[in-house]
Amino acid sequence: MKQLDYPFDCSYLLSKKKKLKEELLSDGTLRTEKRIAVLGGYTTSNILLMLELFLLNQGIAPVFYESEFDQYYQDAMFPNAALEKFKPDIIYICTSNRNVLHYPELTDEKNTVEQLLHEEYYKFSGMWERLAKVYHCPVIQNNMEMPFYRLMGNKEFSDIHGKVNFLTRLNMMFCEYAQTHKNFYLCDVNYISADYGLKDWSDPFYWYMYKYAVNINAIPYLSFNVANIIKSIFGKNKKGFVLDLDNTLWGGVIGEDGVDHIALGPEDSKGQAYLEFQRYLKEHKQLGLILNINSKNDEENAKKGLEHPDSELKPDDFIVIKANWEPKDRNFKQIAEELNLLPESLIFVDDNPAERHIVTEQLKGVSAPELNQVRHFIQILDRSGFFEATTLSADDSIRNEMYKENIRRQELKAEFSDYHEYLLNLEMKAEIKPFESVYMARISQLTNKSNQFNLTTKRYTQSEIEAVAARDNYITIYGKLTDRFGDNGVVSVVIGRIDNCVCHIDLWIMSCRVLKRDLEFAMMDRLVRQCQKKGIKKIAGYYYPTEKNRMVKDFYGLQGFEKIEEDSQGNTIWNYTIPEEYKNKQDVIHVQ
Amino acid sequence: MRENIYEKLGGIFRDVFNDESIIISDSTSSKDIAGWDSLEHANLIASIEREFGIEFDFDEINKLKNIGEMVNIITNKLGKKD
Repeated sequence: MKQLDYPFDCSYLLSKKKKLKEELLSDGTLRTEKRIAVLGGYTTSNILLMLELFLLNQGIAPVFYESEFDQYYQDAMFPNAALEKFKPDIIYICTSNRNVLHYPELTDEKNTVEQLLHEEYYKFSGMWERLAKVYHCPVIQNNMEMPFYRLMGNKEFSDIHGKVNFLTRLNMMFCEYAQTHKNFYLCDVNYISADYGLKDWSDPFYWYMYKYAVNINAIPYLSFNVANIIKSIFGKNKKGFVLDLDNTLWGGVIGEDGVDHIALGPEDSKGQAYLEFQRYLKEHKQLGLILNINSKNDEENAKKGLEHPDSELKPDDFIVIKANWEPKDRNFKQIAEELNLLPESLIFVDDNPAERHIVTEQLKGVSAPELNQVRHFIQILDRSGFFEATTLSADDSIRNEMYKENIRRQELKAEFSDYHEYLLNLEMKAEIKPFESVYMARISQLTNKSNQFNLTTKRYTQSEIEAVAARDNYITIYGKLTDRFGDNGVVSVVIGRIDNCVCHIDLWIMSCRVLKRDLEFAMMDRLVRQCQKKGIKKIAGYYYPTEKNRMVKDFYGLQGFEKIEEDSQGNTIWNYTIPEEYKNKQDVIHVQ
Repeated sequence: MRENIYEKLGGIFRDVFNDESIIISDSTSSKDIAGWDSLEHANLIASIEREFGIEFDFDEINKLKNIGEMVNIITNKLGKKD
């Protein structure tokens, strides 16, 4: 919904929230339900209402638990039947510097100040430890915004008695905890409030009047950031950019002005703006995000622009470059197809409103931020939260290489008329084993990101994955695929639950970047062998249709299962009896 | 002026309570509108402050009894602004 994209109109959202919610709920989107417990140190009612809108917009249907006013500590630290029964998927601790109980006095000795700081820190870390132990779910914690007055003026920052100093140090201790604990995320209220304007953010009127520690009018920004963290934890980040060239990556039209006259580089102000924007885009590659071009230009001119000596982005930085005179929506669709991605996982960056319109009209779900003047490009894209980074896996930093390898595989494929020959030529090797601790983060990430090759669309947090791996009545298998072009990393996961001598497949997923490589057959072979080891002869498969997983509708049929049930929604159940002499289903992958 | 304020105020009420049928008059109070609790009251005040570009003070909000009084306060504040 356009109204919920950054930069949104806060007063509009606050006034129209009920109507917007109705519209979102009736737009026909299938959403995953998530149970979110908000433990507040101040009034949180509007925070929940705004959070709900932003999450609905991200395809998440939240169910909330809201602590009584200022009961965050009690709810977290003591047995709480209601919260235990609620079984949260996420816990959000919404506190502010109003919840800091003791600040240093000017006369305090250094070690008294240290003690106060640690007491305050342990109040929080104690909650985080207990919540992780009892609820096994991700915890999001607000850090501290700066105080709204400064007793000593600028010295507040440098003096150990200053509240600014105290809160800054407390924030750093929060950081250390986040760096050393999985499943723990900080919402950087300190940054968000500064960005909004601390004076307005902390307008004390809202505290005196309603016990809101944040200005009501700023709440959409807070909730938006929390929603971004949540959607990122559940694998709903975008995966890359599709970029226009003229007046987007440089100033001017290269086909008319010529490469020597486009604005790009340190010589003039406009050129600097485009240069910095290019740098900003390039930095995203470290996060595993991919860059592509979709430009109305001759390919030769496009390349000339990218080979401009001051161009930060070179042709090699892009995975797919479409520079032609086709309609942009058609190019966009093709780019997504070549990358094996859904169009909506890519952001369209174009200065031309007409092009943005045609792409977003033709391709449902694609975001195309309103970028009109280059001076605002970075600010708008950056605050849109498309790529909120919650878990960075080792895969992310090499993801660009992986996409490039895939393009090379496609080129090789074109050389072979026989597909089996092509697969053999790829010299594939797979590691197919029970879950190992080093891969838990990636496995959980994959369960949340896979939409197309996903039979049950069951999502798992990392702690749930770890729990399943530790239990005897589960068969867990991950598949990691390497070939002559490179390492694809962990790309397939199967979870089988053994009940009554039958192995029920709770989850079977595979990344679309390894489609049609016979890895699914290698996974099946291993699943069968694992079952045989445990003396299990029957396997039950389940397919639950969603908007996106039609490609695996008959997957179990292909694997030799028999369909035994189908309901009116298209949910199907399949049975497989392992034959006495099971023959491996594939011969193109060397399995370790 | 009063009609003008009434018109804008009516729009705010219909938005905040998401009810197109709400018609407000001088005597309308929180008893008359479903969902007008203290939390929605906060949203209502914030919306009115934004719409008219004014700020209420504590007593004005705490002692508010009905819409008529609210319109009086707004009229007064807008008068001072001019």
